[in-house]
Amino acid sequence: MTQIGHNVSLPERARRIRRHALRMGEVQGQGYIAQALGIADVLAVSYFHATHYRPDDPEWEGRDRFLLSIGHYAIALYAALIEAKIIPEDELETYGTDDSRLPMSGMAAYTPGMEITGGSLGHGLGIAVGMCLGLKRKKSASFVYNLFSDGELDEGSTWEAAMSAGSYKLDNLIAIVDVNQMQADGPSLGVMNFEPLVAKFEAFGWFTQRVDGNDIEAVVRAFDAARSHPEARPRMIICDTKMAKGVPFLEARERNHFLRVEPHEWAEALRIIDAGGTA
Amino acid sequence: MRRSKYSRPDFLTQGEDRPRLTTSAMIASIAGPDQPTRPAPFGHALAALAQTDDRIVGMSADLAKYTDLHVFRSAHPDRFYQMGMAEQLLMMAAAGMAREGFQPWVTTYAVFASRRAYDFICLAIAEEMLDVKIVCALPGLTTGYGPSHQATEDLAMFRGMPNLTIIDPCDALEIEQAVPAIAAHKGPVYMRLLRGNVPLVLDEYGYTFELGKAKLLRGGRDTLVISTGLMTMRALEAAKALQKDGVDVAVLHVPTIKPLDEQAILAECRKQNRLVVVAENHTVIGGLGEAVAATLMRSDVRPAGFRQIGLPDEFLDAGALPTLHDRYGLSTNSIAASIRRWLDA
Ligand SMILES: Cc1ncc(C[n+]2csc(CCOP(=O)(O)OP(=O)(O)O)c2C)c(N)n1
Ligand SMILES: [Mg+2]
Repeated sequence: MTQIGHNVSLPERARRIRRHALRMGEVQGQGYIAQALGIADVLAVSYFHATHYRPDDPEWEGRDRFLLSIGHYAIALYAALIEAKIIPEDELETYGTDDSRLPMSGMAAYTPGMEITGGSLGHGLGIAVGMCLGLKRKKSASFVYNLFSDGELDEGSTWEAAMSAGSYKLDNLIAIVDVNQMQADGPSLGVMNFEPLVAKFEAFGWFTQRVDGNDIEAVVRAFDAARSHPEARPRMIICDTKMAKGVPFLEARERNHFLRVEPHEWAEALRIIDAGGTA
Repeated sequence: MRRSKYSRPDFLTQGEDRPRLTTSAMIASIAGPDQPTRPAPFGHALAALAQTDDRIVGMSADLAKYTDLHVFRSAHPDRFYQMGMAEQLLMMAAAGMAREGFQPWVTTYAVFASRRAYDFICLAIAEEMLDVKIVCALPGLTTGYGPSHQATEDLAMFRGMPNLTIIDPCDALEIEQAVPAIAAHKGPVYMRLLRGNVPLVLDEYGYTFELGKAKLLRGGRDTLVISTGLMTMRALEAAKALQKDGVDVAVLHVPTIKPLDEQAILAECRKQNRLVVVAENHTVIGGLGEAVAATLMRSDVRPAGFRQIGLPDEFLDAGALPTLHDRYGLSTNSIAASIRRWLDA
C-alpha cells in the first residue's frame, strides 16, 4: 500500500494534520476545528497507510477515490491534502478567504484532491455507489472510500445508498462514519437515536467493524481488514472519535460543532499539539 | 471568478511580506455596522404567539439553533420536535401533525427545503392544503459557503407550487408582524428567514405587514424600484444615497411573492411612466422580476424601461458576503450605481 515518506510515523502524520488544521482555524478565528482534530487520526491512516494516490497527479486513473461527504469537514481534508503534498502548505493562510482554493465547505471544482462537493449532507454514499459500479465496469482495482458523519445517518439518502451497496455487493466500497456524538443542534443521540449501528449495517449486508477512531493501531487494523476482507460485501468502518481530540481545553467545550477560539488560545492549542508529537 | 483549481491564487505569488488576508466566508451579517437590530425576531414572535395558540408546534431538522427556533424550544420544550437532519421526514411529519389538527412551524435552510424536500412539501402538504408553516434561513445569497448553502432559486421553485403562499420579509419588524399573520392564514406558507441579529428598518416608515399586500415605502419621480426581502432594505438605502444626487427613487415593497399583489404593482406602474427596476435576493430567473414583467405584459402596461437586480444564472462563488454582494450587484452601492447607469443611458 502507498505510504509516502516511510520514515514518518502515522502518529506524527496525525500530529501534523492537526497542526495544519489549527493553523487554518486561526486564519478564521472560528470554525469546524473540533471535527478536524477528532478525525485527524483516521485521515492519517487513510492518506498514509490505506490509499493509493499520486500527489503530483490528483486525477490519476489508478488512484483510490477518497470522497468527503461532509462538506464542512473540508478543513480536516485540506490538512490531510497538505500533509500529502497535494496542496502546498503556504496555501493554508487563504483558508475561507475570497477566491481561495480552500473554501469553507469542500467543493470538487475548487480544490485538487477534493473528489466531490459535499456541503449538502447525505450525498457521498450514493455517489460512492455509482463510482463503485463504474470502477467495476472499467475492471478497475481501485477502492472508493466515503467519509461521512453521524449526522448524515439521519438522512434517508444515506440508507438508500447503504441498501443498494449491499444489494450490489460492492466489495470495492469502504465507508467510514465519524461517530463524534455531535450535530448542529447538540449531541447526536439526542438529535436522533441511530443505534445500534453495527446491527443496522450488518442487516443491510455490510461487513461492519467498529473501532476507536483515535486509536491509530486499531484504525490501521480496521482498514487492513476492510481492504482484504474476502466476502463480496461493502465495508463499513464505524469510528468513534472524540471532538477536539488532542487539545483538552477544546475537548472540554460542550457545544463544539462550531468553535470560537480566542486569539491567544490558538498558540496554546498548537503548543499542546506539538508537545504531544512523537517524531 | 473561479479559476482552474490547478492554478494557485495570485495572492501567494506576492512574496514573503504579502499582507494577511482579512476577507472571510464567516462574515455573513447583512446588518450594516451602525444599524439597529433585534435578536432572533422569528423565535421570539413564535414563542409569544404559542402562548395563546395551542395548535402551534415547532419542528426542525437539526437546525433549531441556526433558525432561531431554539428560542421557541426553550420557551415550550414539550411542543418542540427534533426530527434529525432529515428534511424529507420533517415535511412528511409536519403533514401528519397538521392532519391531526396541529399547526407545525418547521425550520431548516432554504436550500434543503426547496431542493431536497420539494416533493414532500408539494404532495404531502400543498396538494392537501395543510396548515404547515415552513420557515427557512439562508435565503438567496446570505452565506458565503457556496452553492450548497445558497438558495438562489427557492422562489422560482416554490412559485411553481400551487396553494403555497410565499413571504420574503425585509427586516425584524416585518418578521415579528408576519408570524401572527401567517398563523391566522389557513394553508401552507413558505417564509424566507433572516436570522440572528436582524436589522430594523421599516419602523422608520410606519409600516405594517399585511399578507398579500405590497406597500409603497417612498414615492419618487425618476425610478420605481419594486423589491422584496432584504433587497428592500438595500433599495431604501440606495434611494437615500441617490436623493443626494437629485435622483428621485420610489420603493414598492412586495413581501408576499405569491399570491402577488398585481393590483398594487399595476397601479404604481401606471401612475407615472418611469423606469421600473425589480430587486430581489434571488436568481433573475423565475423570481419577483419575471413575475412583475409578466404582470405588466398581461395588462399591456409598458413602463419607460424594465431592469432586474438579482443574481446571475450561475452557481455563485464562495467568499465573504459583502464581497459577494458587491460582485453580484446586491449591495447598496451597486444598486445605486446600476440605477444611475440605467437612467443615464
Ligand atoms: C442536507 C443538509 N441538512 C442540513 C445541513 C446543515 N448542517 C450542517 S452541519 C450539520 C450537522 C450534521 O451533523 P454532523 O455532520 O455529525 O455534525 P458535526 O459532527 O460536524 O458536529 C447540519 C445539520 C446540511 N449541511 N445539509
Ligand atoms: Mg457528528
